[in-house]
Amino acid sequence: MEAADGVNAVSLTVDDKEIIVSAGQTILEAVQRVDGIGNIPALCNHPAVKPYGACRICTVEVSEDGGSKFKFVASCLYPVKNGLIVKTNTEKIKKLRKGIIELMLARSPNVKRIQELAEEYGVEEPRFVLGDQDCILCGLCVRACQEIIGKSAISLVNRGIYREVAAPFYAYELTEECIGCGDCAFVCPTGAIKMGDDGRPILPKVKIPYGEIEALAKKEAATPS
Amino acid sequence: MDLTLDFPKVKAIVESSTEKVDSLIDSYAGDKEQLISLLQDIQAEFNYLPQDVLVKVSQKLDIPLSQVFSVVTFFRAFTLKPRGRHLVTVCLGTACHVRGGQKLVDKMGRDYGIKPGETTEDMRFSLETVNCLGCCALGPVVVVDGKYESKINPDKLDRVLRGYK
Amino acid sequence: MVEQVRKLLEKRVESAVELEKLRQSILDKKDSSRTCISVCGGTACRASGAEAVVEAFVDEIERRELQVQVEMKETGCHGFCERGPLVVIEPKKIFYQQVKPEDVAEIIAETVMGDRVVERLLYVDPASGEKITYESDVPFYKRQTRTIFGANGEIDPTNIEDYIASGGYSALSKVLTGMKPQEVVDEIKKSGLRGRGGGGFPTGRKWQSCLDAKADIKYTICNADEGDPGAYQDRSLLEGNPHSVLEGMIIGAFTIGSHQGYIYVRNEYPLAVEHARIAIEQATDYGLLGENILGSGFDLKVTINKGGGAFVCGESSALMASLEGKIGEPKAKYVHMSEKGLWDSPSLLNNVKTWANISLIINKGADWFSKIGTTGSKGTMIFSLVGNINNTGLVEVPMGITLREMIFDIGGGIPNGKKFKAVQTGGPSGGCIPEQFLDTPVDFDELTKLGSMMGSGGMIVMDEDTCMVDVAKYFVEFLKGESCGKCTPCREGINRMSEILSRITQGKGKREDLDTLEDLAGILSAGALCALGRTAANPVMSTLRYFRDEYLAHIEQKKCPAGVCRELIQYSIDPEKCQGCLRCLRACPTGAITGEKREVHTLNQGLCIKCGACYDVCKFNAVIRQ
Repeated sequence: MEAADGVNAVSLTVDDKEIIVSAGQTILEAVQRVDGIGNIPALCNHPAVKPYGACRICTVEVSEDGGSKFKFVASCLYPVKNGLIVKTNTEKIKKLRKGIIELMLARSPNVKRIQELAEEYGVEEPRFVLGDQDCILCGLCVRACQEIIGKSAISLVNRGIYREVAAPFYAYELTEECIGCGDCAFVCPTGAIKMGDDGRPILPKVKIPYGEIEALAKKEAATPS
Repeated sequence: MDLTLDFPKVKAIVESSTEKVDSLIDSYAGDKEQLISLLQDIQAEFNYLPQDVLVKVSQKLDIPLSQVFSVVTFFRAFTLKPRGRHLVTVCLGTACHVRGGQKLVDKMGRDYGIKPGETTEDMRFSLETVNCLGCCALGPVVVVDGKYESKINPDKLDRVLRGYK
Repeated sequence: MVEQVRKLLEKRVESAVELEKLRQSILDKKDSSRTCISVCGGTACRASGAEAVVEAFVDEIERRELQVQVEMKETGCHGFCERGPLVVIEPKKIFYQQVKPEDVAEIIAETVMGDRVVERLLYVDPASGEKITYESDVPFYKRQTRTIFGANGEIDPTNIEDYIASGGYSALSKVLTGMKPQEVVDEIKKSGLRGRGGGGFPTGRKWQSCLDAKADIKYTICNADEGDPGAYQDRSLLEGNPHSVLEGMIIGAFTIGSHQGYIYVRNEYPLAVEHARIAIEQATDYGLLGENILGSGFDLKVTINKGGGAFVCGESSALMASLEGKIGEPKAKYVHMSEKGLWDSPSLLNNVKTWANISLIINKGADWFSKIGTTGSKGTMIFSLVGNINNTGLVEVPMGITLREMIFDIGGGIPNGKKFKAVQTGGPSGGCIPEQFLDTPVDFDELTKLGSMMGSGGMIVMDEDTCMVDVAKYFVEFLKGESCGKCTPCREGINRMSEILSRITQGKGKREDLDTLEDLAGILSAGALCALGRTAANPVMSTLRYFRDEYLAHIEQKKCPAGVCRELIQYSIDPEKCQGCLRCLRACPTGAITGEKREVHTLNQGLCIKCGACYDVCKFNAVIRQ
């Protein structure tokens, strides 16, 4: 079925309801646009930036073969296709979401948005040692800076559990990228970024490791080699 | 806040090697794809990645400094802190682990007070671990300054390291 | 200079006919009466002193002025790494092992000049006690099918003419002169070849989708980022026979219409990088790479990129991100890399071993290839057999051989009279397989059914002194350090698995922990973004499945049955066996052992840090570990 401008329309089934949407969008976008279909939670998604697929809370089950085999995919990234069968709220999905939220709550027990999700999905006390990180590493701040403002003032540094958002060398002064627009603080879903008095964002848990290099250099300068 | 400018020694090294840095960067002819290879060459030259040089790489290759910083902190091959005179790399691949590789790391901690990624106070040794060098028949394997030492145990490690001042 | 240019142009072949002429001329120059000494120059043998052996040969040959009669060649890895340095004397292929520079003079005098064998350098079959003279009789080699890896012992990887002499680049010639791209794809499909990097994806299907993709620019990539600890076949292939990989890549690139190729090598493999670089240079000089290959009009440039020390870059989308100068962060592959890969262009990425199979299939045909192996897994596979095994090394076998044959017939069984406990396959994404499944055929699907996987071919054998909970913890710690950190399930989930396993190995585990581990496994397999996260729980789940009692012993009895987990073991000195030799006393780093010479020593538990040094050095079995 073709709509105007040669944009193809796509017919798919979401939670047993058949919907027709324009091609070229993701399942999440389609579900958000059509009335009468349930909500898919999403934390690292924002309409103003490209989807990232990091939080995984938007995971849904899809089948491309008419319903015999299903797989888990991130709905914020998976493109709508003709004949796709999507399930957004099965028991498996609920269990998965509950598990992810438990992990997030263990990392960020004081973040309101996570607490709300925990209550919605029945997560009580995480079975893990509690951390205290306000940042959930959704990457929205970095993407907003790059895609909306066109600058690269901050990025995701380090790897694994040491991953964090930071300015290059933890010092904004090194480049002229940060213009103090506050977009990063605006898109942050947890309030982990706040604007400082100097007009620069205060990033969550910014470390200055270069104190170590300073100390080392002072020592080197003091001892004859 | 250019920290390298506060260290006269580092500044001297970096400034005198400006030509070297330029020629290294030029040898990759502005090829952004070769960023990691270029960074490895720079680190081989300076024994670590000076902040000053990274700023220059960012400018000359037209890659945002934030991206360079992300890359440098993501890959284990890179270090932003000066390394010691001798690099001790302990293999912790599965085969070496099964043959007792962890004991060597523990020994370095006991005898020299350093954990993987750290350097001794006197800048004599830096310790790194690696996830398999592909010499499993010789495990446990330790590489010191590029020289492979095989079937190492804590005792042997002692003897080997004594030769490195 | 003119002379140099002339020589350079002389080498260059501009057509298939010229290639054959060159091949013939190289073969003609070979003197079959010349003895050839092949010294293994793989990284492990080098670490054992192979270079000194090579130098000794060079010196001795010069001293005796034997350059005309004797040729010495430093080749790639021969595979029997446990016994290096290895030397093989052609043409009879007399096999010498653990050769030292001091042995070289005798080898030349006895074996090369005379017709005698140096007995002490021969391999002794531990089962029969017999000395074995010829390489093909050595049990380790006898049971292998070395269609790809065998060449490693014959060719000098830094000399393209060796490769050409053995038939190299004839497959490329065949493709460029008479096959259409779809024909090549059909042949690969027919062969049944599946990816050798870990995924086991049907190679023909991947090539088809790359061929079908419509784009002006396409990329061809060789994944040599072999990250599985314990696996080093890719390194040895790239070091020992780089042209076999290159030839496959050129064929692949031609088939899909790509003009830029990349070999992405781990930076921990300097020799492989160097040999690949030389191979590219020489292939270009000879007209087999670069512009107008073999006069066909097809151009291909191949660049080498080094990794930066990140296991996750073995994942195809992370590898491509790294090639773009970015961090190795994987991305969703809902649109395949073969349609949108490097720089959003169609990209054909295959593992080193997969590329090495291509020329074989083209030359010998898909029918020949598909006769080897099982229904679901065709061809041979190169495994690295390591760990608690007698014959550590690289082994090439047809798919379908049983684990028992691999470990006991080829591997020579477990050293020091210990019992087999488990074999770990597939690296950190795989699992542990216990004794009752030793008769399982090695096959992609069979291994997956057991909760493990083929992976990149690492096969780590574990004996009775291995704690399976410690093994699970080892892999989880490994993955924790390698996770890119992008998605919540992997970054947080693996971290929490590590937390739980640490507690269990310290005697602080709870029964509920096992349920939590299963829940985390579910979150990882359903929610993680890439294969690293999705398979991260495999080592834990497989050990839980087959060795649950060990976990329970740690949790309920606070004991480590294998005697590995520090907090749960105790060392003590048996007064009946102690000879008072002071060895353990000297070895102890904390002074926990006291005693006089020739008097029974005592171990102070309060000072003991359970490092095991005393246990290792005692020659009288007087240190008890329980």
